[in-house]
Amino acid sequence: MVRKRENAVFLTCDYSRPAPPLVLKGGRVIDPVNDIDRVAHVVCAEGSIVGVVDEVPARFADAQTIDATGKWVVPGLVDMHVHLREPGREDKETIATGTRAAAAGGFTAVACMPNTQPALDEESKIRYVIQRGEHCPSRIYPVGAITKGLEGEELAPIGEMVHAGARAVTDDGRSVARTNIMRNALNYSKSFNIPVICHCEDTAISWKGHMNEGVFSTRLGVRGIPTIAEEIVVARDLLLAEYTGARIHIAHVSTAGSVRLVREAKARGVNVTAETCPHYIALIDEDIGMYDTDKKMNPPLRTDRDRAAVIAGVADNTIDVVASDHAPHVPEEKDVEFEAAAFGVIGLETSLGVILTFMVHRGLLSPQQLVERMSVAPNRILGLGRGSLSPGDCADLTIIDPKARWTVDARRFHSKSRNTAFEGMKLQGYAGGTIVGGYAVFNRNV
Amino acid sequence: MGISLQHLLGLEGVSRDDITVMLDTADSFYEVLQREIKVVPTLRGKTVVNLFYEDSTRTRISFELAEKRLSASPLNFSVSTSSVSKGETLRDTIKNIEAMKIDMVVVRHGCAGVPYFLTRCTDAVIVNAGDGLHEHPTQALLDMMTIRRKLGRLEGLKVAIIGDIFHSRVARSNAWGMTTMGMKVVLCGPPTLLPQHYESLGVPMTDNIDEAIDGADVVMMLRLQRERQASGAFPTIREYRNRYCFDMEKLFSLPESVLVMHPGPINRGIELASDVADGNNSVILQQVTNGVAVRMAVLYLLGGGGENG
Repeated sequence: MVRKRENAVFLTCDYSRPAPPLVLKGGRVIDPVNDIDRVAHVVCAEGSIVGVVDEVPARFADAQTIDATGKWVVPGLVDMHVHLREPGREDKETIATGTRAAAAGGFTAVACMPNTQPALDEESKIRYVIQRGEHCPSRIYPVGAITKGLEGEELAPIGEMVHAGARAVTDDGRSVARTNIMRNALNYSKSFNIPVICHCEDTAISWKGHMNEGVFSTRLGVRGIPTIAEEIVVARDLLLAEYTGARIHIAHVSTAGSVRLVREAKARGVNVTAETCPHYIALIDEDIGMYDTDKKMNPPLRTDRDRAAVIAGVADNTIDVVASDHAPHVPEEKDVEFEAAAFGVIGLETSLGVILTFMVHRGLLSPQQLVERMSVAPNRILGLGRGSLSPGDCADLTIIDPKARWTVDARRFHSKSRNTAFEGMKLQGYAGGTIVGGYAVFNRNV
Repeated sequence: MGISLQHLLGLEGVSRDDITVMLDTADSFYEVLQREIKVVPTLRGKTVVNLFYEDSTRTRISFELAEKRLSASPLNFSVSTSSVSKGETLRDTIKNIEAMKIDMVVVRHGCAGVPYFLTRCTDAVIVNAGDGLHEHPTQALLDMMTIRRKLGRLEGLKVAIIGDIFHSRVARSNAWGMTTMGMKVVLCGPPTLLPQHYESLGVPMTDNIDEAIDGADVVMMLRLQRERQASGAFPTIREYRNRYCFDMEKLFSLPESVLVMHPGPINRGIELASDVADGNNSVILQQVTNGVAVRMAVLYLLGGGGENG
C-alpha cells in the first residue's frame, strides 16, 4: 500500500517477502564501520546489501534506481528514544503515525519507551507492540519497563520481555528512586546483555519544578529544576554500574555536570553509554521566552554553558548517541498555563536537520561522526546487528540531503502531534529517502 | 499623558517614564478619592472582568472599587479551583468571556505567565493582579506611590525587602520597579527562601536583617507562609521570629523617618511586631488606600482614558 502526503511517499511493506533489487546511484557513501567515505553506488537485493561498488553489475541494470547524486548514503539511522504512545494514548501518536514520522525523519528503526498505558512491563505487551509495528515504514524495537507499572517497587519480568524482543529496559519518565531496586535491576539485567536505560532525576529536588533553575526561572517566577536533580542520579547510577559491572545507558543528558560525570566514568572503565537530544544542542532556557510551553520538557532546557558542554560531549564521544526523546502531546495539554503544560516535545522529523545545522555544518561534528552517533552507536547499544554496509548486511539505509534548506512547519509533519520546539526555525539538511529491508519506504522527491 | 503599554503584565522591562506616569495619575485619583463624590465617568460603558483563580479579598475588592469609581461595569469571576481540575481549559474560559464582549480582564492566577497567555488568547486589555511566583505589578506601584507621597521622591532611597523572597511576587515586582526608579533594593531572608540568582540580576541579597536595614529609608516585611516550615525552609516559627521579626528594637536603630510597609495580610508577632505594625512609622493602611488610586490609574491609562480625556 502506498500513502501519499505532499511530496512524500510511504510504502507499507511485507518485510517477510524479499525486496526487489534496488540501486542507490552516485551518492557519497559514508560507512564508518568499513571506513568507506566516497562517491559510489549501493546495490541491494532481497533485503540485503550486495555491495558498495563503483560500477553497477550488469545483472542489476534493470533494477529500481534512486539517484543519490549530491546526497549522502549512510547506514539507516536509529532513534533509540521515542514515545509512540500506543497502547493508551493513540490520540497523541500511534505506532503507525510515529513510524511514518520516523521514516520521514530518516530513521529506519526506533526504540519505543515503555511508559504507555498500560506500561510495557510484561512479555505480552512487548509482543503487542512488535506485532503492531510489523508492516510499518520503520522498524520498531520496544524497551521494557524496569519495574512493574514503572512504580519503582518490584522488578518487571525482564527475562521474559527480552525473550519477546525487548532490547533494553527503562522506567523512562522517572528514575528508579529506591537505590536497592536499581541495584537489583542492574545486577539482574547482566544475564541478558542488555543496557539499563537511566532517566536520571531526583524528584525530591525537581518536585514542582517546570524549567531549569537559574536566572531565567527567577525572572519568570517559575519553580526550577536544578542541574543537580539530574547529576545526583547520574552519579548514583554510574556508581551502581561500576559496582555491579552492569551496562547502563544515560538517557537525555542535559547538563555540563552530567557530561563531566560520564566522561570521568568512561575514563575509569565503567560500562556506560550516554545520549542527548537535539533540543539540548540547539536551545537554552531563555528560548522559553514568555512561557512557551512547546519548549517545556524534562529534563528542561539548560543554560548556554550546559549546551556548550553537551555539544563538546557529543563531539568527543562522551555522549555516544543523539536521540530525539520524541514525546507527542495533544494541544489541550500544551496550549495551557506553563506550569500546567505537559513535559515533552516531538523530534523525529527535526532531529537530523538540527544536528546537521547546529553541529555538522558548523564543523563541530564530521559526517562520519554523525553516522556514528545516529546509526552505529544506537545499533551497537541495542544489539540490532546493523549500522554498516558490508555485503550481506540488512539493507537499511538513509539518504541524507545535507544541503536542502527548509523551515520547520509542524503542520507538514507526519506525526500526529505538533508540539515541536523548533517551529519556524530555518534548518539545513533532511532525509531525502529511507530504505528499510531494501524497500524504499520513504522518498521525499517522488 | 499616556503610557506605552498595552497591558500591565509585570514591571520587569517597564520604563521609568511609564511608571512615573502611572504614579502621577494615581496621585490625581488620590485627590478624587478625598472628595465627597468619589466617582468619575472615565470608563463608563467599559466592562472589566475580575478573573480570580486564587483566593484574594484585598486585591479583588481594591480592583472592584477602582472599577466602580471609574464608572466601569465590573464582572466578578472567581474560581477556587484551577482550570485544569474544572475540566475547561483557560483558553476556552477566556474565549467564552470574550464572546460576551468585554473590554478588560484583571487576572489573578496561581501559575506564572497566565497574563501573557491571555494576551495570546484575547484582544482584551490584560491587567496582572498576581501570577504565581512571578509578578504583582499593581502592588509594587502602590508601594512606590506610598513611598513617594511620604518621602517626596524615590531616586536614591534604600528599601529593605525582608522575608520569604522566593515565593514572593511582590518582591519580584518591587525589585524590578524600584530598581528602574533609581532606588537601592536589598533582599533579605534565610538562604532557603532567597533565590541565589537574584544577585546575577543585579539585586543585592543578604541573610542578615541588621545588614539589610542598615541605612534603609523603607523596611518592607513580607508574609511568612507557615506551610514553608513543613517544606523545611526554616526550622521553627520561634527561630524565624528571633532572626527576622521586625520589632521596636530594630525600629529604634533606624532614623525617625523610616517607613514600615507590609503587603498584607500580616502575621502579627512573626514577621512584624504588633506595636510596629500599629506604630507611627507604619504606612500599611495608607498602602491599602493608595491601592485603589493606583488601580484606578492603571485601568484608566490602559482603558483608553488617557486618549479620551
